Amino acid sequence: MAGSIKDRVAIVGMGCTRFGELWDKGPSELIVDAVTEAYKDAGVTSKDIQAAWVGTLFSGMGGRSLSEPLKLQYIPVTRVENACGSGHEAMRGAAYAVAAGICDVALAVGFEKLKDEGGSGLPGMENRSNTHYQSTPPGMFAMMATKYFEQYGLTPEAGKTMLAKISVKSHKNAVSNPKAHFRREITIEQVLNAPIIAWPLGLFDCCGVSDGAAAAILARPEIAKKLRPNPVYIKALQICASPASGRMTSDYDYAHVEEAYRGGIAAYKEAGIKEPRKEIGMAEVHDCFSITEAVTMEDLQFSQRGKVKEDIDAGFFEMTGGLPVQPDGGLKCFGHPIGASGIRMVYELYLQLLGRAGKRQIKNPKLGLAHNMGNEPYAPVVSICIVGL
Amino acid sequence: MVGIKSFGAYIPWHRLDRQQFLKAWGGFAIPGERSVAYYDEDSVTMAVEASVNCVKDFDAQKIDGLYFATTSAPYKEKQSAATMALALNMRSDIRTTDFTTCLRCGSTAMLMAYDTIKAGSANSILVAAADCRVAAPSGMTEQSLGDGAAAFLLGNKDVVAEILWTYSISDDLVATWRGENDVFLRGWEERMVMDEGYSKIVPMAINGILKKSGMKKEDFTKIVFDPPGDARRHGKTASELGLNPAQLLDPLGLFMNMGMTGSAMAPQMLSLALETAKPGEKILYCGHGNGADVMILQVTDAITKLPQRRGLMKHLSVKKSYDNYESLLKWRDIVPLEAARRPDKQHIRMPATWRDRKVLLGLWGVKCRKCGQPQYDNGAMSTPPIRVCAKCQSQDDFDDYCFSGRTGTVFSYTHDQLAPVVDPPASIVLVEFDGGGRAFFDLTDRDPSEIKVGTRVEFTFRKLQLDRGLTNYFWKVRPTRF
Repeated sequence: MAGSIKDRVAIVGMGCTRFGELWDKGPSELIVDAVTEAYKDAGVTSKDIQAAWVGTLFSGMGGRSLSEPLKLQYIPVTRVENACGSGHEAMRGAAYAVAAGICDVALAVGFEKLKDEGGSGLPGMENRSNTHYQSTPPGMFAMMATKYFEQYGLTPEAGKTMLAKISVKSHKNAVSNPKAHFRREITIEQVLNAPIIAWPLGLFDCCGVSDGAAAAILARPEIAKKLRPNPVYIKALQICASPASGRMTSDYDYAHVEEAYRGGIAAYKEAGIKEPRKEIGMAEVHDCFSITEAVTMEDLQFSQRGKVKEDIDAGFFEMTGGLPVQPDGGLKCFGHPIGASGIRMVYELYLQLLGRAGKRQIKNPKLGLAHNMGNEPYAPVVSICIVGL
Repeated sequence: MVGIKSFGAYIPWHRLDRQQFLKAWGGFAIPGERSVAYYDEDSVTMAVEASVNCVKDFDAQKIDGLYFATTSAPYKEKQSAATMALALNMRSDIRTTDFTTCLRCGSTAMLMAYDTIKAGSANSILVAAADCRVAAPSGMTEQSLGDGAAAFLLGNKDVVAEILWTYSISDDLVATWRGENDVFLRGWEERMVMDEGYSKIVPMAINGILKKSGMKKEDFTKIVFDPPGDARRHGKTASELGLNPAQLLDPLGLFMNMGMTGSAMAPQMLSLALETAKPGEKILYCGHGNGADVMILQVTDAITKLPQRRGLMKHLSVKKSYDNYESLLKWRDIVPLEAARRPDKQHIRMPATWRDRKVLLGLWGVKCRKCGQPQYDNGAMSTPPIRVCAKCQSQDDFDDYCFSGRTGTVFSYTHDQLAPVVDPPASIVLVEFDGGGRAFFDLTDRDPSEIKVGTRVEFTFRKLQLDRGLTNYFWKVRPTRF
């Protein structure tokens, strides 16, 4: 691929705050905390940053939302937004600037301060036309579960049990992640008996709504090698936006996410991956809801179409399985401060690749894949980032 | 020959067992149940329902006017008939008006439509009467009221019932009223208004038209007049007039199963009479309220050719009886409720709904000339109009394609407990329309447990939002039950 980003951009430092209901921290403090960790990790200061991108959906406006708290001195700073995929979008801006040779060192930050809103779920979701059906994000993803169960002949009980195992796994993983929002093991029974949020999804099928920030410092390989002996490289960075035709024509089955499938193909091509199930060593996917993680395993070709249940039942995506997914707890348990999530995923892959993941360290993780997604399953923007040493 | 070409009626799906009033307040419960408009219904939506049933099999584009009658219009200033005309896909060069403030306004609207057509100002006019009156909690009035609608298409040819005579009486007795700032219905002491109002005015009106026409009461197969607040007075008046019980419709039955539907009551009874009418039958019709409007109709042979209507009879049996009084308080916004901990709904953006009025109220979509794909955009994330085909990406190469009246199948659904709706869960469906195209819609009038992938649905016109006095209307779907 002529324009491949593979090995043209290195990650030299990363930072991430604890995610959760951080009542005592405002958005600026979250940004400074995450970026300070990244500066220290990379061994740079703010003076080394030549350009910056910041992703947030609700919590800031303009590049100023980053340049002001960090007091960045008159450099280009851009706020980007790509719904829940805003984190990856910020990385994309910084990565492309570095790959283009325009910048030596660039900063990508994602953040969100959701818990000042005083409501459940996400703020601002009513900002639509006056005739929009009265759905919430759980409702739109629940309809994918309804259809997945129907299409693959799962009874509601069998389908919900399959999904429950996904949440149980993520909760188990998050116990050993001190920065995670939810760090408590749960049982399948708890998941199945939890209140319904949007049928068939219950409380434990939904990810946390959290505050937090994450940051990545990207550099050209020549610079990176001077900064650290073992920089992590971006192997693929692909984004796939939906024409949203699935809500108007019958071509979409509502039992998968086409954009994740296509984005995956593009990313595998960019990274030179032939057999993702074997070559990808770990994945952080956008498990905003349990059903999203289930279909994403199929969309990314980790599991065969309609067969993810077999892999879930076999424990393939658990820490002890062939392809650990959500080693840090995922959106489900690490939490989901919208703009931060995409970078948080890469943060975990980065720690794992550098052998810094502590109790949850995966042995020889090879390549890691992060899958960041915004908007409804029939009309999302999906971003795939593959990283490796 | 001027008369009625078609008719239709509507009763909301939800019925409340009147024992629930007793359970809530003690005292006495009237036997039977009453109809209750759902939280997303009002007089306009019910009138559209009845109108849709009335104009089915007719070309709405050929109708020259729409007269809407109600005492419970959503606006004091702003015409409702104009909204209805868009929802019914009628032309814009038509006469629309609202008849209001009087319980007989439905009957008055019919007489006025008759006169308009007779005068040559129109060939056909649609008349819809609907009411959703609210009584203060705990009294007998909230038990006796019901919500509903009826609609008639009047015209000068192919009539199923010719209007032979009309007659009117004006009377200023204040029996029931709502002042400028009243939310709830008020009424004077019943015996006085019955003795001096209903029991005198109705016979006066009926005798008046008999005298004017030179006809005798025995000439009529059916004599239709609506009961007053005290439904027993209907029978008393009938016997005082010397009417044969076989000539009467069963207003007590309607009272037991639906309640008093205000300006829609007499029109609904006329729908009921026409549902079983045979050619040659004569019907005497009287609607009362600050006087009376009377008509003599003769059923024609054309009634045998009119396809079966969704009339009152069928609506009486298509229902969901629910058993909590609190719903009524909630649906009519009578008690303040704790707000859901969710973001506030955005204000209505009038220019956006105005801009897309044909798409939203008329359910107009497009059909691609290249690939033939019908498509509808309710303005979810992007907004209408559709400029690029969702299937083949051809641009600006479409024919107009109307989804109104189309039925479909549930492709997927959810029942969302998080969405802040008046009667949770919010049931959302993705509908595959017969003939092609799919779209998300709110599902209303549903029992969540009855919904499956594959459930058949049809459109129903509903109220979405009330904001700063503005009411926002749009279509939802409901399970097909007819």
